[in-house]
Parts: sequence; C-alpha cells; structure tokens
Amino acid sequence: MSNEELIKQIETWGFQLQITEEGTEFLTFTVQKESLHDFCLKLKTDPETKFDFLFCLTGMDWGTELGIIYHLASTDLKHEIVVKVMTADRETPELDTVCDIWRTAEFHEMEVFDFFGIRFKGHPNLKRLFLTPDWDGYPLRKDYVDEANMVIK
Amino acid sequence: MTDIETDNKIKSEEYFVNMGPQHPAAHGVLRLILTIDGETIVNVDPDLGYIHRSIEKMCERDSYQQIVHLTDRMDYLSSHINNEAVCLAVEKGLQLEVPERVKVIRTILSELTRLASHQLWWGVMGMDVGALTTYFYAFRDREMINDIFEETCGARLTMNYNIPGGLMYDIHPNFVKRVKEFITHFKTKLPEYDRLLSGNVIFINRTKGVGILSKEDAISYGVSGPVARGSGFASDVRKRHPYSAYDKVSFNEIVLNEGDTLARYKVRILEMWESLSIIEQLIDNIPEGDHLVPTKAVIKLPKGEFYQRVETARGELGVYINSDGNKNPYRLKFRSPGFSNLSALNHVAKGGKIGDLVSIMASFDFVIPDIDR
Repeated sequence: MSNEELIKQIETWGFQLQITEEGTEFLTFTVQKESLHDFCLKLKTDPETKFDFLFCLTGMDWGTELGIIYHLASTDLKHEIVVKVMTADRETPELDTVCDIWRTAEFHEMEVFDFFGIRFKGHPNLKRLFLTPDWDGYPLRKDYVDEANMVIK
Repeated sequence: MTDIETDNKIKSEEYFVNMGPQHPAAHGVLRLILTIDGETIVNVDPDLGYIHRSIEKMCERDSYQQIVHLTDRMDYLSSHINNEAVCLAVEKGLQLEVPERVKVIRTILSELTRLASHQLWWGVMGMDVGALTTYFYAFRDREMINDIFEETCGARLTMNYNIPGGLMYDIHPNFVKRVKEFITHFKTKLPEYDRLLSGNVIFINRTKGVGILSKEDAISYGVSGPVARGSGFASDVRKRHPYSAYDKVSFNEIVLNEGDTLARYKVRILEMWESLSIIEQLIDNIPEGDHLVPTKAVIKLPKGEFYQRVETARGELGVYINSDGNKNPYRLKFRSPGFSNLSALNHVAKGGKIGDLVSIMASFDFVIPDIDR
C-alpha cells in the first residue's frame, strides 16, 4: 500500500493523529498515549495494514518529553511506517505495553525502562535488564549526570 | 521405553540454576537464569549487562567518523558490516553517492566477513554438541580470510576499513589474487564440512526437531537473519532493501520451513555457497575509480531522522540516527540482531532439556557484545 493509501485507511479509524513525512524516509504517525495500545492493535490486526513485524523500538528523550519510536513493517503487504508516542511526565512516565501485540517488545521495553525510566503498564516482567537493580538514574536521559564515568564537554 | 516402571508418587520441585555468566556454551558473558524441573526447562530469563559499554550514549558524544570505530565492538564477527551500516546511514543523511568501486569492494568484504563468521559459528556449533574436530577445520579456513583482511584493511578482526564517503584506503594489489585463491580453496573444503558434521547421526539426533520456532512466532519476536530464514521467514535485508552492490548480483535467499535447530544449521551452510557465488560475480569486475569521496572534516547531518539497515551474519542490524543538525547525533540507536533474536530464546527453549538449550544457543549464534552493546 502506498503512503497516501495508508494515510487514507488509517484516518478512517478515528484516532487523534499527527501525520508527517518530512525529515524522515518513513511515514510517521504520532499517537496520543491514551490510545497507543488500541492504535497498535488495530495496525497489527486490520487486514488492510497487517503490521506484524516490529523491527525497531527506540526510547527517546526529546528534552521535555520522553517517548518511544516504533518502526513497523508488514511482512505480507511490504509497507512500513513509524509510530511515535510521547509523555510529558518525567517523574513517573508511564505508557501502555505493546508486548502482547509484538512479543519482541517485551525485551525492548525492558531496555527502555532501564535507560529512560519509562514504565510500561501491563508488562509481565519489567526489571532492570542491563544495569544493576540499585542503579541510580536513567543513563540515556539527556539530564543524566555521572561525574565519575562521563566526559562532559 | 514403556517398560520402565515409574513411581508417580515422587514429585519434583522447580528450582533455579545459573547458566553463566561464565559458561563454555554461551561464548561470552551471558547469564541465563534457568527455572528447571528435573532436566526440563520451565523458564529462561536472561540477565544482561556483563559487557555493556553504553555505546549508544558514547555515540551522542562522538563525531560520525568516531562512531564507526565503536561499531566493530558490537558484533565483532561482523565488524566490517557494522561499519558499513553506520557509513551508509551517514551517507544517506548527507545524500552522498559513493563510487561504484566502493560499493563493490564493500560488498565483497561484507561477504568475506559473513563467510568468516559462519565458519567460526560452524566450528563452535560442532564443538557445542561434542564434535571438537570442526573447530580446527573451521579455523584453518577462516585464517585465510583473516589474512586477506590483514593485508587490505590492516586488521584481522576490528577492521575499521569503511569511513563515511568510502574506504580508508584502496585495496591491496594482492587482494584479487588472494580472494580467488581462497574461493578455490574453500570450494573444496565446504563439502568437507557436510561430510564431517551435517550427516553425522549424533549431530542429527541433537538438532533435528529440537527448538522449533514457527514462522508466526519468528515474526512476532522480531527475529531476523539465518534464525528467521530457518523458520520460513524471508527476512534477508540484502533482498528486501538492497544496499551497496547487492542489486547487481544474483543470489538465492535460503529459506527453510522446518524451524528447528537443524534447519538453522542448514541455512548457514547453504548461505556460505551463496556468499562464495556473490564474491565470484564481483571479484573480476571491480570498477576502476576512486576509493573515497572526501567529506568535510566535521560532518554535520541535516536535521531529521535516518534509518539504515544491513544484513550482518546474525541478521538485520538497524542504525537509527536522530540528528538535530549538530556534529554529534542527538540520539543513535542500534537495532542489533542478537538482542531481538535473544527475545525468542525463552519461547524456543521452554519445555526442552538443558542439553537442548546448548544446541539451540549454538544455532542462534549469539555474540554477546552485540546483545549488550
């Protein structure tokens, strides 16, 4: 399906979306965090879209907001999109898990929790994956400070 | 088997066993917390981070030329391909077209890297299931590739031969001759691999029907590379999104549908033949020209997001660069094939025996620094 057809199809579902194609090679949808899970489930199950392959899940710190970037592909229909979700809450950021939709997300979300401190509602086993359980702070956040181990320019 | 009397009153209890972080079958510092019932695996819970160096955070500090050097240290058996991934991503951001000569040399070296990686995997796979001889056979042949790398790139493992814009220097005058010698040599040795291990009864018993991963699960777990292709999922980036010179060569994507350890084994053996064929198609046709398009000393990518994927020996490596227009990336994410493949391990190993876990892990071909980054 071409990008125009995808936009037309996905807009009929009635989610509140921001759509952009600028500055990236992928068609990008920014979704409200409340409707993240429903939107992702629809992307996976709808016979017109069938996004069954989550090939990259990136945690992001945009400075004021934290969020996730999902790179999705359909192995059957050969189209690809990017979904973004963000939360402005830096103290207790929480998003819905998508690991029941794409099972690889279980690991990737653990990584994001470890480095960005985003909690995932409904995740079966959310724990520090790389760092020790008593690690202070979330290293990939932009405001993380570690004077001993980081070279600050 | 049915004649053995069993006492059903004896109940076993689940308990935990650590496999690793120092375990011969893990080939690196991977710690698996196994929940087992007798010898049956109930759950596999990987505990990572023993070799985590936070490469993604270091990338936010480094220039784009420096980042290339960090990538060898992820999947060190695919180091040339990792370098290429970052270079292609930066070139995509700069909208820089590299000369045909660069593309062809990169492709040849990528395939040599893949061969070297698969050779090492084959040696280790045999060793893990009890056939020690394979290790020596594989290293004999891998040594020839390492010598070629040493002569042309100056290093045997962490090559750093790719730089944004092309190659660090031109190929060595002996390169073509030595690659041809290797191909002739390895074509007589690859059938030996089959004679030694592929048909061995013990090996077949250890691998056939063990650790089955269905196609649907492979896609859902984001599995890629030979593991995915052993499960019938045609995931090859070289076919789906050709880069460098892969659109100019003809090769088959090896896809088997069994989904067991033996299928993953066969995929890699057959892939070695395809790699040889790709190199043969290109080695006599390396175009003349420059080996480098000079870039500015300080590379600044335009504001935006760039995603580049390549097929390493382990699967799909994705480089996601989020640039704010500065000389460092704002965020750089490596989608490493090992990490996504590891997410499927629990699903595959559950219900099997501990001994099977060893052969499953060998067939997944984990490189731990690739998982930890």
